[in-house]
Amino acid sequence: MRTTTMLGLTTALTLAASAFAAGADTIKIAFIDPLSGPFAGTGTNGLHQYEFAAEELVNKKGGVLDGDMFEIVAFDNKISPKESLIQLQVAIDQGIRYIAQGNSSGVANALTEAINKHNRRNPEDRVLFLNYSAVDPALTNDKCNFWHFRFDANADIKMDALTDSIVSNDAIEKVYIIGQDYSFGKAVAAAAVKYLGEKAPEIEIVGNELHPIGKVKDFTPYSRKIVASEADAVITGNWGADMVGLGKSVLENGFTGPIYTYYAAADGITAAFGDAGVGSLRLVAEGQLNPPPNDTASGYIQAFKAKYPDGNLSQARITNVIEMLAKAINEAGTADDVVPVAYALAGMEHESLWGGNLMMRESDHQLIQNVHIMEHTDDVVYDHDNSGFGVKVVKTVEMAAADSPTSCKMRRP
Amino acid sequence: MEPLILKQKSRRASGIGITPDMDLILVNLIDGLVTGLLLFMLSAGLTLIFSMMGVLNFAHASFYMLGAYFAFQISLYIGFWMGLLIAPLVVGVLGAGVERYGLRRVHQYGHVPELIFTFGLALLIEEVVQFIWGKNQMPYATPEILQFTAFSIAGNSIPAYKIFMIFISIAIFIGLLYVLTRTRVGMIIQAALTYPKTVEALGHNVPLIFMGVFGVGTALAGVAGVIAGPVLGTFPGMAFVLGSIVFVTIVIGGLGSLWGALVASLLIGWITTFSKAYNLRMEDLLTWAGFTKPEPIWDSAWRDLWSITSPQIADILPYILMVLILIFRPYGLFGKRDA
Repeated sequence: MRTTTMLGLTTALTLAASAFAAGADTIKIAFIDPLSGPFAGTGTNGLHQYEFAAEELVNKKGGVLDGDMFEIVAFDNKISPKESLIQLQVAIDQGIRYIAQGNSSGVANALTEAINKHNRRNPEDRVLFLNYSAVDPALTNDKCNFWHFRFDANADIKMDALTDSIVSNDAIEKVYIIGQDYSFGKAVAAAAVKYLGEKAPEIEIVGNELHPIGKVKDFTPYSRKIVASEADAVITGNWGADMVGLGKSVLENGFTGPIYTYYAAADGITAAFGDAGVGSLRLVAEGQLNPPPNDTASGYIQAFKAKYPDGNLSQARITNVIEMLAKAINEAGTADDVVPVAYALAGMEHESLWGGNLMMRESDHQLIQNVHIMEHTDDVVYDHDNSGFGVKVVKTVEMAAADSPTSCKMRRP
Repeated sequence: MEPLILKQKSRRASGIGITPDMDLILVNLIDGLVTGLLLFMLSAGLTLIFSMMGVLNFAHASFYMLGAYFAFQISLYIGFWMGLLIAPLVVGVLGAGVERYGLRRVHQYGHVPELIFTFGLALLIEEVVQFIWGKNQMPYATPEILQFTAFSIAGNSIPAYKIFMIFISIAIFIGLLYVLTRTRVGMIIQAALTYPKTVEALGHNVPLIFMGVFGVGTALAGVAGVIAGPVLGTFPGMAFVLGSIVFVTIVIGGLGSLWGALVASLLIGWITTFSKAYNLRMEDLLTWAGFTKPEPIWDSAWRDLWSITSPQIADILPYILMVLILIFRPYGLFGKRDA
């Protein structure tokens, strides 16, 4: 008995010592997103979720490889593609190999192109692009490349689930589509038109328009048009301050139907809507908070809220990014050379913290996962913005769009 | 008699007696008025401060933001109405303090340092607001007593809060006009604007007047923030979103002119509202002007020009207007001095 204890103790000590010796290494992940300006709220919350996920899911469990720790390094891109490219260069110059970005597909499009070019020209310090939120379908289709991985369901996949929900609601005969004027807003509109046309040609699209992103002060004229069009439902991909502005204005000016959204939760949005959004706001998203999927998830949410009382676990997929990256680095046996890491990530299957399976599709690096339709309600266990309101899953599409086609032709090293 | 009765009947049948199109125009007129008057409250203070000190206050929109945040914080404890009363006062005192202890000291070094000072102040205020309240949007809501539909025109409801906004801003305009043109204080201010040395020689405390005007100007911006916060959103980017358009307003109206600020604000309010509310397409305009659409359009160098719609460019129309004004009437619509 005693010998076993001694043996165990010695082994533990040796292990700890060796971990110490090699553990001086940190694996840095550059977080390039808006930390100032109109979308700073969204960016900062994302950063906190990354830091927490890295700490909780990797570092506290002993890190990756032989004790290497994850470190999130924040870069403010002010939501500008130009600024993002500068920050990308700074990150690469600091020897960072992993780039996480999510807010705005405009930025993601610029980054993926720049990273592709950089990796081709500098095979000795290649980087991987972990896209956790930018959902322009082109990123995993025409503009796909080996270095880009998308962890959110893309706009097409989400729209597929969302239009299913619209079609199953007989009260909806007229639909109004409105979004921000850039690649993502256009992708949402195109997908809505396409899927509604295929699934329910009898549903009339009474409006389809774009507004400048982050620049509209008052959404009243837009809501007037929506009300005047007698639409039964509104579809929008708006996020951040644009979501609150549009949603509140539409509801204030007399619209009573459902508003189908991509991002109308957390970051102050849930609190800003409060009671007004109940019965109207619907969300299509991954990651289930309510009803709580399992005890691990509940524990994770509580721990996060204990550390960031004012924060929100609004982007459940961030834990998937961190867990899958850690797994891929362990499988590859290195964090410095991203090629084997990318090969390990491609095709990886993983069980999500939030329930359900994840599969990183090899053909286009699009993560296939469960997609939920959620409702803004006060009937929740874990609220957003400490407002008493939150989002609750009302419908789930298992492994959504697992066999959807892709036009991606990837060149692998 | 007969025809007259018939007319009345048909009038009752269609609501307030105008066609649906007219209804929508009326609704947009009201919406544009709200936007315009809000803009006016901001630009009134800015234009007064400019004509007084010859300095563009870059931090003006930041005082608007402070107004919203202060009112939100106060409303958490003692309700919206006290916020409406107290927040502008606090902002005004803060503004007066900035003039007394900041601008007045920088003034001796000339205009450029003054500009840089206000610019830095704007950045500072944004950072401070983010430091205290964070980066998220605040759940600042309209008071419950005003959360009803005042009336509706052809299914378009006009919230009571909008009517309230209109009344507040008109009341402020009339009050300001009265003080400036009908009272002794106003006369001294106007005189101090043009001949500060003479007014000082007559025994008036001109620096005190300057401080007062700066305080009142920022307090006005504060009021605008208090009443706009619940509808346009209370978030750290709110000053940025409105900042540049305020300058455009006073340039169009004529620097230093209160009437100019009013007319330009309403003009901008209506232009942006109407161009957003109606989908005017550049394609139609160009076709009407006699151009033919290049085919195929997606391959043409003019693709972007042909596909523009008015809602897309609504928010840059005021800037185009400003450029035109600067070219053809550099002193603005109501301006007196040659800029």
